[in-house]
Amino acid sequence: MSDHVDLHVCPNGPLLIRGAVGVRAPDGTVHRTERPVSAVCRCGKSASLPWCDGTHQSLRTPIDEGERR
Amino acid sequence: MTTVVMTEAGPETGLPRARGELSDAVMRALTGALPWSRLVEVTATDDEDALRTLWIAHELHHRGLPRFADAEWTPELVVVRRRLEGELEQRLRARAEGHQPESATPDALLDFVRQDAGPSLSAYVQRSATREQVLELLWLRSIYHLKEADPTTWTLPRLPGPARAALAELQYDEYGGGRPARLHAELFARGLRACGLDARENAAIDDVPVEVLEMNVTLTMFGLQRRLAAASIGHLVAFEASSSAPSRRMARGLRRLGLPEEIAAYYDEHVEADAVHEQTAARFIAGAMLRADPTVADDLAFGAFTCLDLERRFAASMFRRWGVRP
Repeated sequence: MSDHVDLHVCPNGPLLIRGAVGVRAPDGTVHRTERPVSAVCRCGKSASLPWCDGTHQSLRTPIDEGERR
Repeated sequence: MTTVVMTEAGPETGLPRARGELSDAVMRALTGALPWSRLVEVTATDDEDALRTLWIAHELHHRGLPRFADAEWTPELVVVRRRLEGELEQRLRARAEGHQPESATPDALLDFVRQDAGPSLSAYVQRSATREQVLELLWLRSIYHLKEADPTTWTLPRLPGPARAALAELQYDEYGGGRPARLHAELFARGLRACGLDARENAAIDDVPVEVLEMNVTLTMFGLQRRLAAASIGHLVAFEASSSAPSRRMARGLRRLGLPEEIAAYYDEHVEADAVHEQTAARFIAGAMLRADPTVADDLAFGAFTCLDLERRFAASMFRRWGVRP
């Protein structure tokens, strides 16, 4: 991949963020990560919000197909 | 039958017990009781004997059996290792034929894993396993988890640039991101100790079923052989993509049984880490390999199938052992 990016939207999957970041949740809580890459949930069903926990895999309607309808 | 070198097996030498002619011969050669030249004449008694011998040969490349580190590149041992690896690879490819995914694009690999319907040990742990069964499972899994990520590190220098950068990024996370206490292998060791289990590497080797030996030697073979770099990465994709949800179920099961937080924390870490790794392994590592050389598709698919196939067989063997219908 020649176009190296810091944010990557995975089709029907999470938003990948490269670098140590903090994510502010709707309730104002700031969640910090020190991973080289973190995955932010896009389906809203994760049990570890704001982080992805793979739950999108078991959704009946894939994330991006839902948007298109 | 076999002359088992009882006095040499055990924690002093780190050698496992022999389980047939060939594993007995390799241990006698290591301890000087058999000339190396004689080793190549011995054939394996059965699959378990062959896999156990291969495990010993591989362990010399890892960190285990430090007393015998000088034997790592003994030509006769390499000959035996290559013969056993050839037989293993042939068997694994025969199993994969007609069942591995037809495409190896990132999404095809992830879909293939999502559609896997093998028996789930983690679902059983979450809902109904006993404390003894869970401790047994942790014990048998310790052979791999205490050297977690190591075999795949051998693949790193064999990859094209973009895939190499992405695997280094993934492994950096596996190895704790620069913090020794966050090494995944160390998180598991801490969990084992909290459960009152022996956390020394390979302490469980005499207890593991043949399926665990096969999982471990397959992964090491994929890592050690440059020719199999794509199989190693296909395995990595399937391994990471089948980890997040099962890790969440494992953590719930461990907490249901009141097992120590340290071992639940190991699985908590894998829920989030592997949700990232499944994406980066599929898209940035396997995807980059495929773009650089489309002919790797077949081995990416073979590695992915083999990972799930080995896990399925291990799960089936545990349910048989426990007399449980999955």
